[in-house]
Amino acid sequence: MYLRDLITLTSSSFLTYRMRSFLTGLGIAIGIAAVILLTSIGEGLHQFMLAEFSQFGTNIISVQPGKTQTQGGNVGIFGSSRPLTLEDADALRRLPYVEYVIPGLVGNAEVRYEGRTRRTMVLGEGRDFGKAFTMKVQSGSFWTDEDNEQARAQAVIGSKIQQELYGGRNPLGSWLRIGGQRYRVVGVMESKGQILGMDMDDALFIPAARAMELLNRPGLMEVNVSYRADVPADTVVRLIRARMTEMHGREDFTIISQEQALEVLSSVLDIITFAVAALGGISLLVGAVGILTIMTMAVTERTAEIGLLRALGAREKQVLTLFLSEAMILSALGGLMGLIIGVGISQGLHLLFPALPVHTPWLYAVLAELTAVTIGLAAGVAPAMRAARLDPVEALHAE
Amino acid sequence: MIELLNVSRTFTVGDQQVAALRDINLRLDAGEYISIMGPSGSGKSTMLNMLGLLDRPSSGTYLLDGGNVTELNDEQQARVRREKIGFVFQSFHLVPRLTAAQNVELPMILAGIPVEERKARVQVLMQNYGLSDRADHKPDQLSGGQRQRVAIARATVMNPTVLLADEPTGNLDRNTGWEVLKLLEGLLEQGITLVVVTHDAEIGARAQRRIHMLDGRILSDEANQNDSK
Ligand SMILES: Nc1ncnc2c1ncn2[C@@H]1O[C@H](COP(=O)(O)OP(=O)(O)O)[C@@H](O)[C@H]1O
Ligand SMILES: [Mg+2]
Repeated sequence: MYLRDLITLTSSSFLTYRMRSFLTGLGIAIGIAAVILLTSIGEGLHQFMLAEFSQFGTNIISVQPGKTQTQGGNVGIFGSSRPLTLEDADALRRLPYVEYVIPGLVGNAEVRYEGRTRRTMVLGEGRDFGKAFTMKVQSGSFWTDEDNEQARAQAVIGSKIQQELYGGRNPLGSWLRIGGQRYRVVGVMESKGQILGMDMDDALFIPAARAMELLNRPGLMEVNVSYRADVPADTVVRLIRARMTEMHGREDFTIISQEQALEVLSSVLDIITFAVAALGGISLLVGAVGILTIMTMAVTERTAEIGLLRALGAREKQVLTLFLSEAMILSALGGLMGLIIGVGISQGLHLLFPALPVHTPWLYAVLAELTAVTIGLAAGVAPAMRAARLDPVEALHAE
Repeated sequence: MIELLNVSRTFTVGDQQVAALRDINLRLDAGEYISIMGPSGSGKSTMLNMLGLLDRPSSGTYLLDGGNVTELNDEQQARVRREKIGFVFQSFHLVPRLTAAQNVELPMILAGIPVEERKARVQVLMQNYGLSDRADHKPDQLSGGQRQRVAIARATVMNPTVLLADEPTGNLDRNTGWEVLKLLEGLLEQGITLVVVTHDAEIGARAQRRIHMLDGRILSDEANQNDSK
């Protein structure tokens, strides 16, 4: 028997039972589409998040006030934690392997230049900000004053601020009013766009000490420590923990290494992707049951035909092949339909929401289709075996 | 050419043993025209299935062209059926999803004959049986007589040596029945061995050799001297 004939014969039964075959194929299609759609979004999200996170640079450890307890306990029970201070930052600066220490806090303030005002994000940072993070100054430079109370009122502004307040003119050396205080503009950042939903171009940077005063904050929100790339994160984390505990008398702070955060994020995203694929897998299982059902029905309905085929000289194996192919082709077509639906919806979503990253890994598509074929095979085996083992004479009389 | 030696066939129904064939000894020669008659349940169909290798004897031996086919496995038996035997049934047994031409083509598909040869043979047969304009019709668009003609075309497309017909006119009106019978008898000229199971005495009488069965046994086996065909 030729493959072409096999396809002609099986497709003739699909054409006869159009609705039924379509619905059965749809069962598989929905499963495959779900897997493809969700893994596409999951995988896209994964890549997006990793890219977003590593935009800042990777060998950075962040120290934040307060202890996040994994057991879910409340910090408040033990009293409030001490704020992070510029002295803490200085202490960390003296640790080995440490390259830069950047004290930081964020807030909002009104910015004013020559009658134009704008409410914008204010980042209080250290003078080494531009060196520690992968963010470049386009013109001018960061201030060089030490990170302490004596730091003068100087600001580095984002490109959008330059656009909006200066109309693109050179702002270097001008005086800008931030929250009612006068700051001298010393630099303009290179355009960076959105990072984790924050528009870094619509932001300005001032010394952390000035920001605490301006925003009326008792302490820093974080201290970022950049360390030598050849040193493992764990080593630096240990050193920081020891020094900070020494400074505060107890561990009332949280250390987040970017390396660890990326690992955690990555594994969380992997779990999400896997869970989502498993969900699709369940719909595939339902699809498989559909195929099993329809093939069992087909064998019962076509018992007389099976008897006839045997009378015409079909071997048991040929009958088996016929029914197995039917199950497999049905499932494969369903899978193909699912691939098209899945990729179609993913791309449609991408068109509707360009911010939503979508990425269909080819391997997943191929694996999904192979899965569909395998499901068809597995679900078709039992009915096909039954068909092959029918007694020809008895089968002929079934009607 | 065909020889049944002490062939019996017993069915087990529940805890009952039903003997459909009892100790049959029969020899058919090439080119013979045989009718098998007898009351319902006398074992005619079982005999035909046995001759067509669809069924295996419970005991006894079946020799086809001198070879013992009782011992062949499924694959070998299928091959014999494919190459030497044609079946025609009372209820036509056409595949409803396939066109008339595809139904005729079916045995050749199973045999793995190349497409060009298949198409050519189908065309010739459809023409011979006056079915050319019905080639693309599905069985439900055909009359009973046309359906049986398609079935005969299908049974002969592999050029079998034996054609086994189980009440081929049973589902047809008298005139159509006769037409179909004429068609079958026409095959005798090509040297085919024709075995027709029938209820109809008039039809049965046309065969040169008439076998009467009763209760799984051959009651009489008479050859017609004055061939009345
Ligand atoms: N598959 C079967 N299972 C059980 N009994 C059967 C089977 N086929 C035939 N028989 C029995 O064998 C006997 C002969 O049947 P059959 O050859 O069909 O008779 P006929 O064709 O002459 O009417 C009957 O008693 C029938 O009930
Ligand atoms: Mg019968």
